[in-house]
Amino acid sequence: MIRDFLDSLSESVERLGDTIRFLVRILAQVPSALLRPQLIFDQVYNAGALSLVIIMLSGLFVGMVLGLQGYDLLQRFGSEDALGTAAAIGLVRELGPVVTALLFAGRAGTALASEIGLMRATDQLSAMEMMAVDPVRRVVVPRFLGGVIAMPLLAAIFSMIGIYGAQLVGVQFMHVDSGSFWSQMQASVDLRDVNEGIVKSVVFGIACSLIAVYQGFHAEPTAEGVGTATTRTVVTSAVIVLFLDYLITAFFLK
Amino acid sequence: MDTTTVNATSPIIDLRDVRYSVGGRAIFDGLDMQVLRGQVTAVMGPSGTGKTTLLRLITGQATADSGSIDVAGVAVVGASRSQVYALRQRMGMLFQNGALLTDISVFENVAFPLREHTRLPERLIRHLVLTKLQAVGLRGAAGLMPAELSGGMARRVALARAIVMDPQILLYDEPFVGLDPISMGVILRLIRRLNDALGLTSIVVSHDVHEITAVADRVFLLSGGRVVAKGTPQELRDSPSDVVKQFVGGLADGPVPFHYPAPDYFEELLSPDGGRFA
Repeated sequence: MIRDFLDSLSESVERLGDTIRFLVRILAQVPSALLRPQLIFDQVYNAGALSLVIIMLSGLFVGMVLGLQGYDLLQRFGSEDALGTAAAIGLVRELGPVVTALLFAGRAGTALASEIGLMRATDQLSAMEMMAVDPVRRVVVPRFLGGVIAMPLLAAIFSMIGIYGAQLVGVQFMHVDSGSFWSQMQASVDLRDVNEGIVKSVVFGIACSLIAVYQGFHAEPTAEGVGTATTRTVVTSAVIVLFLDYLITAFFLK
Repeated sequence: MDTTTVNATSPIIDLRDVRYSVGGRAIFDGLDMQVLRGQVTAVMGPSGTGKTTLLRLITGQATADSGSIDVAGVAVVGASRSQVYALRQRMGMLFQNGALLTDISVFENVAFPLREHTRLPERLIRHLVLTKLQAVGLRGAAGLMPAELSGGMARRVALARAIVMDPQILLYDEPFVGLDPISMGVILRLIRRLNDALGLTSIVVSHDVHEITAVADRVFLLSGGRVVAKGTPQELRDSPSDVVKQFVGGLADGPVPFHYPAPDYFEELLSPDGGRFA
């Protein structure tokens, strides 16, 4: 059993190294990919605009739950006026980037992995190579960049909608004073909180996009292989996002 | 391309003593093959003899373990990535299923190599694409998406795409698999016509004996990792060799065995403990 564990550990380390080498290969092609901005815009649309509905809906509900739970907790101490602060900090620093990243992996990540995996399985990537077109530059890099650009924007939208959700529940339903809800938020949420959220969403964007394109590009060229790649994208992204979240949080709170 | 070396009989593709193995299994073991300029050359052989691998070696998608592969004056074995990419711009390849890019239209598929490699004005691209589509009879389908095409049409579009950069060499990987007789006839005629009209050299990997021998100038028969017979289609039909007879005649058993290697039949059936599958 210990042996199995060690084997799977060394396999994971190997895959991690492989993924980072792939990242280097991607980064080397970024300058030439930037010459064709339209390809990247298309992918920002695919990864970002098409994920908007699910992100906005989830943001609304997460914010509303936060409003309810936060109100219930704060009113025990008679400080329900701090609801705005609590909701905003919770969303901007933590829930916004993390939940968005998990949803992003499920919506855009799987789409990327299965699309690239199917291109592999149907020889489209080989065909590009035969036309002397590097598929990493033409297919992978625009999708990677599209994801990296879209993810922070989605996280910001998620947090914004979430704050309105908390306001809806707190102010409209629970009758927290609207003025103190907003003014306390304005007074106590500072740039450091926002920066933490931005750093997280950028890092998660890179991680999720990289995992998706890596899994798709290295998928076994079979139906089963594409399925495995898609599943792995979600599972790996989720674990990595939560792990990185701890690291970044610890870094900002030290 | 220097004109001094060009003459009708010089080999444009020259493989010498090529060895290639995957996972310890030798695919090629001393393969020698010369493809002459301007001809349609057929490469035949039983499934699993590495016909597709041969194309991958020629195009530099796979690297031979030893031996030399010369394609249009470029030594593929040991060539750098950019050399291989430069060489590929002079080659076209037709994949088994066409391998069209599914997210763009037929027109854009054919235009793809032009857009990637040239900065031609849009009018010229349009002109070139429509000419090539006309050559394969599908100018009318320019606006369709790949998913709307039949198998034979997809392969013809892929053929138009393969010739849009005016290559010197055109490679076909199993171009007849899964086609109805009409589409097969169309592709066959296109192979010959494009080869002669555009001054190409064509290599067709296939195991459709009768179809391909009808258009090929020369045939290579691969088996067991090497060339077991070569010559004109007629020479092959007249060959006394058992392997050739089995392949050309479509016989189930012969030098290429019907049975996959297995333990003795009766012993395995009668083994008391269930044998390998217990």
